[in-house]
Amino acid sequence: MTTRAQILRVLPYALLLALALVPQVYPAAQVLLTLALAKSLAVLGVIVLLQAGQVSFGHALFFAIAAYAAAFLGNSMGGGEIVLSLVLGTVCSAAVALVVGVFIVRYRHIFFGMLNLALSMIFFSFLEKFYHVTGGSDGLSVARPRVLGMALERGPFELVLFYGTLGLVIGALVLTHRFLSSPVGQMMRAIKTNEVRLEYLGVSARNVLLAGYVLSAALCGLGGVLMSTAQGIVTPEYAWWVRSGEFVFIAILGGAGSVGGAVVGTLAYEAVKTYAAAFAADIWQMILGVVLLVVILFAPNGLIGLFRSWTRRIGSAPERTGDRAGDRVGAGE
Amino acid sequence: MSGKVILQARDLDIRFGGVVAASDINIDLIEHQNLAIIGPNGAGKTTFLNLCTGYLKPHAGRIIFNGEDITGIAPRRLVRKGVARAFQIPQLFTEHTVMENLLIAAAAQARQWAPFTRLDRIGARAEMEHLLELMKCGHLATLPVSALPEGQRKLIDIAVALALKPRLLFMDEPTSGVASAEKFELLDIIAGALAEARVTAVFVEHDMGIVDRFADEVAVWNRGKVLFRGPPGDVLKHPDVIRDVIGEEL
Repeated sequence: MTTRAQILRVLPYALLLALALVPQVYPAAQVLLTLALAKSLAVLGVIVLLQAGQVSFGHALFFAIAAYAAAFLGNSMGGGEIVLSLVLGTVCSAAVALVVGVFIVRYRHIFFGMLNLALSMIFFSFLEKFYHVTGGSDGLSVARPRVLGMALERGPFELVLFYGTLGLVIGALVLTHRFLSSPVGQMMRAIKTNEVRLEYLGVSARNVLLAGYVLSAALCGLGGVLMSTAQGIVTPEYAWWVRSGEFVFIAILGGAGSVGGAVVGTLAYEAVKTYAAAFAADIWQMILGVVLLVVILFAPNGLIGLFRSWTRRIGSAPERTGDRAGDRVGAGE
Repeated sequence: MSGKVILQARDLDIRFGGVVAASDINIDLIEHQNLAIIGPNGAGKTTFLNLCTGYLKPHAGRIIFNGEDITGIAPRRLVRKGVARAFQIPQLFTEHTVMENLLIAAAAQARQWAPFTRLDRIGARAEMEHLLELMKCGHLATLPVSALPEGQRKLIDIAVALALKPRLLFMDEPTSGVASAEKFELLDIIAGALAEARVTAVFVEHDMGIVDRFADEVAVWNRGKVLFRGPPGDVLKHPDVIRDVIGEEL
């Protein structure tokens, strides 16, 4: 095994171990990391669609649907149960994606992106205007749910939520990676290059994209429930287009060619945002903008791609061929 | 003409504005008889392929494949009935490797939707390796399609179509874009693979040498009509064909 392969193999686990130790080593960052990890699930959803070459500027829709569904459930049950909230929220997002997806997967590129945007903004307006149901722009407060029947104090609950989120992110990364390596996942990538051939293989490109669309919505939904639970509140801002744009931004920053890009991108984004806001309060958006420009110009495959080319350089050179489908999707191109 | 009729075209008509691309086309395709379609540009050859593979729907007439009316059925559904197509400009997944292109086709053919089986671990892999060897492209398996020259892309395009295990394969100018010196070699490879797969082929071709050598039968198209049909030896010597189609080449 070359140095490069070793680094590539060990690094993800090292990163996860470092994350798992945060509550012990640097507890101040725990809540921030919970939120970042929740967001990374939504970014992962966006990355799934990017495999097919499609960008959604409205995936906050599914983030918000799940968060509101969970909030309604929790509030109607006096707090509710987190497992139930997660399942219900995710299922709601997936179900809505299945219905609107049938219509949306007929479109590609700018139309695909804009239709998603339109739907998310319709939902945003709905959340703002039907304030007697949704709480309007104040949103709904989310009571702290029980965890497997146990009512926890704030401290332990946040710790459980952190590890639960980390576990769900790892699970989602593994499952999404496996899906993208499967025949259907590879057909998603084939939509990007040649839909005509796909049809002439007897495959419905729309159905393949629909499968990916539902998966991406479910991932966004899972992230939305975790985010609202961690924040204790859900507002229409969850469905706002800026949030959808943020998911796309992070996906490109992290590297859209790989599932790992979702986590790496979100952590980097939140770090820059937090520290830029702390040290350069007036210009932090500008710093983020410059970061994105630099990434697009010099590392079009995102941070993951940057990392790969870096390890390639320090590792032994001749290990380039033989990259297989799964490896490429998994570790960025 | 012996053998089973695999596809019948009956009274096919289609026009694009004032251009008659198919007018009263009646033709039977015989199983295991490779048919070459020749004719001047704009004669409606590719239109016929588009009609038979479901890309276009005729304004009038019917197409019967294997006893079943397939007129106007979408390519996707037609493929599952056993009609495959290779393209004049190869239609491949350029961000995938050659082997991945074949495996995607094989997975589509086997309707393999298991969401967590890796594409490169599906059962058809050995079969696809054999198919690549048959196409003399075994050494290309791990290369991305985007790295291949046109001639090899043509072969992979046909291999992808064969991975669907069709009964009938339509090929639109399998040797176009390939240097003349390599055309015969290319067609030799294709013919070998077709024979082993026991696929009936219909191909549009401009090179009469290729037609003469590889076709069992030739059909001559002009202005949306089938003018002649018969063994290459007879058709290619017909004075009208020499004048209208072959021109001064002979």
